[in-house]
Amino acid sequence: MDWRRLGFIGLIILILIGVVILVGGSRVPPLVIVVSMLATTIAVATPLTLGALCGIYCERAGVVNIGIEGMMLASAFFGWFAAIYLNTILGVAPLPSLLAGVLVAILTGGLLGLLHAVLSVTYKVDQIIGGTVINILAIGISGFLNRQLFFEKGSIFGGQVPHAPGVLPRLRVPLLADLPVVGRIFEQQPIAVAAILLVLLTHFILFYTRWGLRTRAVGEHPRAADTVGINVSRMRYANVIIGGLIAGLGGAYFTLESVPSFEPLMTNGRGFIALAAMIFGNWSPFGAWAAALVFGAAQALQINLQFFREQIPPQWAFLQQAYVVGLVPYLLTMVILTGIIGRTTPPAADGVPYEK
Amino acid sequence: MGCTMGLALQTKGITKRFPGVLANDHVDFELRKGEIHALLGENGAGKTTLMNIIYGLYEPDEGEIFLDGKRVEIRTPKDAIAHGIGMVHQHFMLIPVFTVAENIMLGAETSRGAVLDRRRVAEQVRELSKRYGLDVNPEAYVRELPVGVQQRVEIIKALYRKAEILILDEPTAVLTPQESEELFRTMRELASQGVSIIFITHKLKEVLAVADRITVMRAGRVVGTVSPQETDQAHLAAMMVGREVILTVDKDQAQPGAEVLRVENLHVADDRGVEVVRGVSFSVQAGEVLGIAGVQGNGQTELVEALTGLRRPLSGSISIEGHELANASPRRIIEAGVAHIPEDRQRYGLVISYPVTDNLILSTYYLEPFAHHKVLNYQEIDRHARRLVQEFDIRTPSPYLQASKLSGGNQQKVIVARELSRPIKLLIANQPTRGLDVGSIEYIHREIVRMRDAGCAVLLVSAELDEIMALSDRIAVMYRGQIVDTLPASRATKEVLGLIMAGVTEHKDAPV
Repeated sequence: MDWRRLGFIGLIILILIGVVILVGGSRVPPLVIVVSMLATTIAVATPLTLGALCGIYCERAGVVNIGIEGMMLASAFFGWFAAIYLNTILGVAPLPSLLAGVLVAILTGGLLGLLHAVLSVTYKVDQIIGGTVINILAIGISGFLNRQLFFEKGSIFGGQVPHAPGVLPRLRVPLLADLPVVGRIFEQQPIAVAAILLVLLTHFILFYTRWGLRTRAVGEHPRAADTVGINVSRMRYANVIIGGLIAGLGGAYFTLESVPSFEPLMTNGRGFIALAAMIFGNWSPFGAWAAALVFGAAQALQINLQFFREQIPPQWAFLQQAYVVGLVPYLLTMVILTGIIGRTTPPAADGVPYEK
Repeated sequence: MGCTMGLALQTKGITKRFPGVLANDHVDFELRKGEIHALLGENGAGKTTLMNIIYGLYEPDEGEIFLDGKRVEIRTPKDAIAHGIGMVHQHFMLIPVFTVAENIMLGAETSRGAVLDRRRVAEQVRELSKRYGLDVNPEAYVRELPVGVQQRVEIIKALYRKAEILILDEPTAVLTPQESEELFRTMRELASQGVSIIFITHKLKEVLAVADRITVMRAGRVVGTVSPQETDQAHLAAMMVGREVILTVDKDQAQPGAEVLRVENLHVADDRGVEVVRGVSFSVQAGEVLGIAGVQGNGQTELVEALTGLRRPLSGSISIEGHELANASPRRIIEAGVAHIPEDRQRYGLVISYPVTDNLILSTYYLEPFAHHKVLNYQEIDRHARRLVQEFDIRTPSPYLQASKLSGGNQQKVIVARELSRPIKLLIANQPTRGLDVGSIEYIHREIVRMRDAGCAVLLVSAELDEIMALSDRIAVMYRGQIVDTLPASRATKEVLGLIMAGVTEHKDAPV
């Protein structure tokens, strides 16, 4: 991560927070707004961070994955379904149901990762096509089953969407969470915490372990890896599946941590923004995380502005339209991907199937 | 030496078939312990196939491999490494964004648990460097290293894996003469410490300079094994090609005509913006070959790019038959009658994924008869390709084969055919025979002389002094972006040129 990028990221986050303070500062003390923005930013950056980490594992090993969106959507659905099924039909307590739901989501992602690996490593299908297949498959399956299982008469839930077991409880960082005002930042739900830990872990794995060295080698120069006895296919399979598992955890965020419900298409392009975060972060975990935080801040802006709707001055009335602010993350994605903030370099063999 | 020593490696009856090709036909090969054994042959003779079999990249259809007299099965590179065989591939197997140490340890990492122990690897690399006199910095990134140093990294990579047999596949193809000399010193040092070396090449002089024994292959078979004392270049060339080869170029006195190319006070910058051609002036007349000698990287590449319209000069004039063409587009220069054989044939000479047919019309596709009202006439293109394939002896099973599937020599012939088959006044040939086998070199040289005798002006840029001296009528030496001296070929000896190339000049002739 170079300083220019970090500076840019800090600047954007400051601007976004500044806008909210300008609007709501008369009603709520600025410090409270800053804390609220930061807490929301960390939370909503979670699926972006996890999606980007999924992309990093895949692409560092040389497999382009544009199916992150689909992996997260399918995981969100199956995780949610599992949690509800356990809770309402089998009568399992809410917390174990939710945790089992998270596990199912992770495995769903892993399974789709395996599918992507089969398509792109074994059958050498164009990896963009493979990713697209996963996206379409996920939209179809989750939408169809959602209707069949919950809304059809005679389905297991009898056409009634049951009360969900709620969402995962918050974890409190000891001591820090007890601080007045800023304590809120250190009170996060488990998947958000896991995402941050995974950023640290991924950085360590990629740059300090044998596994990471070999992973990067097959993504940069698979033939060189092959000539020193590294099994290129096996490394690619493993990393794409690991990526899938992480995307699955990202999917769980939507239905088990953020809101206790599922809607078709609810990932809403977050998988693609995660991909942008990965690119902007130059395929490095910390870089991707920082980029995910920028996108998260843009979303936090939207959430906070809704809260201060009445305070918006008349000359800024356009901000009252939810969709105007809702565009910010997508606009940011476009700006960032134009490469204005410096060029990034993908792994040399990214997207290229390995032929012996 | 050698005869009393044991065999490090032996192959018996190795046979390997590829679809339509018998790449290795019952190959018997012996490598003695601690010797430098050259494996000589033209491109496609089966040298690399044999080595890939020994290194476990291919499985032989028949035959056996013995190490230290024991029969072994080598199915993967991992097996080969475990048996103490190391290979330095022609195209380096190094990862540019990794450090030297990372590249060396990859696949055989020194680690505590799963965590890399970078410090210890660096120490091990330094030890190997010292022991074998291979100077590298383990912390440097490979992308920042010159080719010669990258090769050292490859050698250390093999030694780090405790290689006792080292295969060097065309190691000098990418090196400057000085770097080659250094490599030979390293090879002798390694051999004296007991490493057995197989040295694959098609350069006769190198073989005679460094090898203890020489095995020649042709068309998948071993032709024979000789020692350098009992052979010479002509004999080796004949063994390689299967017929007598004319190593010297036969040509008459040049008949220079009118001036074709005139370059005046040309300044050109490289990609980093550094001025690397600094005020070059010269001219080439019809019917003569002007050779530009010099160690690689003294501005020759940028000079040729400026002449062919691929790079904008900073200032100066380039005129062809009196027409000013500095800053002209490559197409205008082509239409002015300039043919170009580029330095990097795969990147600039061909569209490597196109078939031979399309590559043969890259500079003329928009003209009649190949195009009629913006639509390509495939019948004409086909006829054109078949004619050139025959005329220029391009060895390809079909004119529709992808250029990438041809051997280097045949790729070069495609370029030569395209460039020389249209009416031209000036031929600019940059390193036209780099990496080619003797047969192809002989062919390209003959074509260049033929063009000269037909009244074409030829500008030949080459780092091979032999080539420059064999073909040129006048020789200009480039050093640090300037032409430091120009002399008639009759006055040029290797020693004189070598001194000028190194920047030693007592007198300075006015540039011609």
